[in-house]
Formats: sequence, C-alpha cells, structure tokens
Amino acid sequence: MVAGTSARQEALRAFAAEQATVGVTAEEIPGERLRELEPHLASGLAGGFLYPQDAQVQPALAAAHLLRAARRAGARLHTGEAVKAVRLGADGAVRGVETERRRLDAAAVINAAGTWGGELAALAGVHLPVLPRRGFVLVTEPLPRIVRHKVYAADYVADVASGSAALQTSAVVEGTPGGPVLIGASRERVGFDRTLSVEVVSRLAAQAAALFPVLAGVSVMRAYRGFRPYLPDHLPAIGADPRVPGLYHACGHEGAGIGLAPATGLLITQQLIGKEPELGLAPFRADRFPAEDAA
Amino acid sequence: MRRSRTPAELVQAEPGPAHTIDFDGQPVPALPGQTIAAALWADGVLAWRTTRVGGRPRGAFCGIGACFDCLATVDGRPNQRTCLLPAEPGTTVTTQEGHGRADLDV
Repeated sequence: MVAGTSARQEALRAFAAEQATVGVTAEEIPGERLRELEPHLASGLAGGFLYPQDAQVQPALAAAHLLRAARRAGARLHTGEAVKAVRLGADGAVRGVETERRRLDAAAVINAAGTWGGELAALAGVHLPVLPRRGFVLVTEPLPRIVRHKVYAADYVADVASGSAALQTSAVVEGTPGGPVLIGASRERVGFDRTLSVEVVSRLAAQAAALFPVLAGVSVMRAYRGFRPYLPDHLPAIGADPRVPGLYHACGHEGAGIGLAPATGLLITQQLIGKEPELGLAPFRADRFPAEDAA
Repeated sequence: MRRSRTPAELVQAEPGPAHTIDFDGQPVPALPGQTIAAALWADGVLAWRTTRVGGRPRGAFCGIGACFDCLATVDGRPNQRTCLLPAEPGTTVTTQEGHGRADLDV
C-alpha cells in the first residue's frame, strides 16, 4: 500500500494497527525507502506499508486444483447446468436441487453461486441481496519483473468500503510471474452491463502510469471485466441459513472470494459435520439483511 | 523455399514495384500493401522471435491478429504484431529476444 500524502500515510497507519490486532503483519516503509522495494515507483510518495505475508494466486489455476482435489475425494461435477429449483420438504428443510438436466437429492445445499447467490437464495425462498459490482482489469504486454509486489494506492481502502454506486477507481498494479502486469481497480454498480467502458479503462491506465511512470510506454494487450458479488455491509454470507434448515451460503465475498474460498470451505465443513466453526459466523449470517435492502 | 504458385499469382494480383525492409540488418523485398509477416514469409524467413522461457523460435501462427505469436521489435518498439503492420519502405524489423523489454529490467 502506498500513500501520496502524509495524511494518507496516517490513514494507512491506523488501518495497519487495526489489522495487527487480528494477526496481519504490516511494516511501515518511509517514502525514501519505497524504491528499494519497487524501483520503478513514482518519486515523491509519502510512504507505504509492506505486507510480507501477502501472496499471489492465479484464480483459474486455483479453481482447477480445488476441483481436482474435490473429485479425488469423491465429488461429482456437473458443469453448464443451471439450478432451476431448490427442493424443500413439508418441514421447510432442504431436500436437494433440480437442474436443467437432473434432480439431485441432498440434505444440504451450499449456495456458492457468487454474484448470482441472491438468485439461488430466492429459489429457496429467502432474501440475500448479493449485487454485482463491476470491475475492469488491464493486461499489459509481457514485461520483465518491473513491478515486484501487488501495489495499491491508499485510496483503495476507502473505495472498497464505500457504499456508493458511482464509479470509483484507484490504482492497483500487480506484476505476475508470467510477465504481464495487471492493472485495476474500478468499482461501479451498473448491474450486469458487460460493455467496455472507455472512461474506466482510461482512468485505470492514467492512475497506473502515475504510480509507475514506466508503464506509460508499455502496451495494454487486453482488458477484461468481472462482477464482484457485493453485499451491502461488505461482508460475505457464510454458513447455515437459520431460515431454511439444510441451506448453507458461501458467497458475497466481493473481490476477495478467491483468497477466502479455502477458509470459507473449512468453516462450512465444520458446520456440516456438527463441529463448532473456529471463527464465529454471526457477522456472516445470511438473514442479517432486512427485506427492503432489495430495492 | 519459394512456392511455384503464390497467392498473388492465384488472384492474378498486379502489385506495384517492390521495395525493401530491413530484417536483422539484411534487406528483405516487400510489396506495397504486404504485411511484415507476409514479406518475411515470402522471403523464406519463418521465425523472428524467441520465447520468454525456453528461447524457442516463433513466427506467424494465426496470421490474422489474434494470437500474438508473430511479435517482433519493429522500428525499435517491441511486441509488435507483424501480421498486422504494413511492410513500408525502410521499416526495420529486429528479432525479439523473449519479452523484448530487457531495457526495463532493474
């Protein structure tokens, strides 16, 4: 995380102190030492924080490995079949699902439908206001490792916490082992609009080049967009739904779903086998949103 | 390895006079409107880039601007798709080693 002004650096310091109480290590880096860590960073930045526990994961590869592990453990995978109904018994408990092609009987159904988690919850008759929050990423031509970490501008923290539907952009610049540099991050609530926004991609490019001036002379090969599954209080829905016995939720992680998926899986597994989850799940209960949030 | 019947012959094209581009210091003939990749291919050159990891040779693959295999350094700019760029008189094409951005390494 890097800050352009001392006021921003002060805000990062407060954020890091809060994170330290839950075991996240952050090391304050004065402005004059930033280029030891990121030699191409713009000059004149006030400072930053280094998170040495940070790691990178390639989402598609991570998903493929998780699926392989699940299948090895006996899971069966049916791709390309939308769930048409969640079947409930006379007692109101889950009995399974119906897809476009088959009926699957099960005493437990886990809603891991991401940005579409609200639709799946509705099939079970419950309200869960998962909304899409669109974001674009620019992908540069392959480069030597000119960006060594995932570098966030300090504004990113405020953008994530914002409840506004309007467009927000703050620079997030990430080098990858493959060579391309990934440039984000934008957030806007425009439904599932898949059209390319020239305004967003030009803002992302300008902010990235301000942070790493070397990027001004580099080509962007492509841009893509995704829809983060966003819940109004920015916390995911994890665990048993008290309204429908047998229904579990694992969705609404906004932009952090890839990193939080293994922990989410662990917590739900503990609930499913009757153990006490090692993290209290009360803040993540799916019934915490009053129905008027749907508006 | 010139073919007996070229695409230009098949469509009975009557292109203007040839000029030359520069490929790694050697002149390569090019016709008006031809792409760099087409001019190199017509001259028997099949590779003008090496891969980033294995250093293996690469040239034109899709030929229609989709696959990014035919990259080369053109007039000093790395990562140019030679199947899309016209081979204009005086164009300088250099075999690209890997990402072609060794100058940015720190």
